[in-house]
Amino acid sequence: MRTTAPFLILAVLTLAGGIAAMTLRRLVHCALALTVSFAGLAALYLNLGAEFAGLAQLLVYVGAIAILIVFAILLTRGGDDKAEPSFSPAGPAGVVLALAVFAVLAWAVETSGIAHPAALPAVPSAPMRSIGIVLMQRYVLPLEVIALMLTAAMIGAVILALREKRPEQNQGSAQ
Amino acid sequence: MNPLAICLLVSALLFAVGLAGALTRRSAILVLAGIELMLNAANLNFIAFWRFGPHPEALTGIVFVIFAIAVAAAEAAVGLALILAIYRHARTSDVSEITEMKG
Repeated sequence: MRTTAPFLILAVLTLAGGIAAMTLRRLVHCALALTVSFAGLAALYLNLGAEFAGLAQLLVYVGAIAILIVFAILLTRGGDDKAEPSFSPAGPAGVVLALAVFAVLAWAVETSGIAHPAALPAVPSAPMRSIGIVLMQRYVLPLEVIALMLTAAMIGAVILALREKRPEQNQGSAQ
Repeated sequence: MNPLAICLLVSALLFAVGLAGALTRRSAILVLAGIELMLNAANLNFIAFWRFGPHPEALTGIVFVIFAIAVAAAEAAVGLALILAIYRHARTSDVSEITEMKG
């Protein structure tokens, strides 16, 4: 199978969204670009034949995490225009480090031998029925652990985000 | 170049973009967004290896991605709640200004 044009278009869209999210100045624009990147990744999963993972990505990332990030930006007044720089003083070092990481990963991909395989397999099928059977039989213990962890994370997030009682307010009400 | 290598290169590029963002941005929310991008790059690798690797009928890559998405959702919820709590305490979400625990 040759690399199809849709895959390359989606990959460029995803990468452009990610780069825009990490370089734009206004936080709301960053959140929008991040959503484009997440949606592009979901489309990439669909393009690769992983329907369930693509739809889960769409529901969780585009539907929930993007909204959470927008809420956090608005609640922390990050949408305001600010005169101060939005990049840390160690910015160039971080970019150099990221480029070095990419160079190492690309070198590993090139030299690992998977770049020139003998033959490529056909498109595997992943019907939701078999995913559900696998989740309920082989991976049922991780599924329960994930359920417990999500509950704990939800309770923890609510407790963390609860407004603290101010001591002076308590004194005021007592008087 | 075959599709698997292209998938891996796209994923490596996405990881590098997320890492650069997490290391260079001053807003704590965007640091968290960079970490999410890195997690997503790992997920793309899992899907690519499931698609082009041996034994796709075991569905290991897809199940791993589903669990990783669940963990990332929990991480985002707790992380953004932490950012809100820090903002209420310090009146800023700028990671270079939150230096109270610096030795």
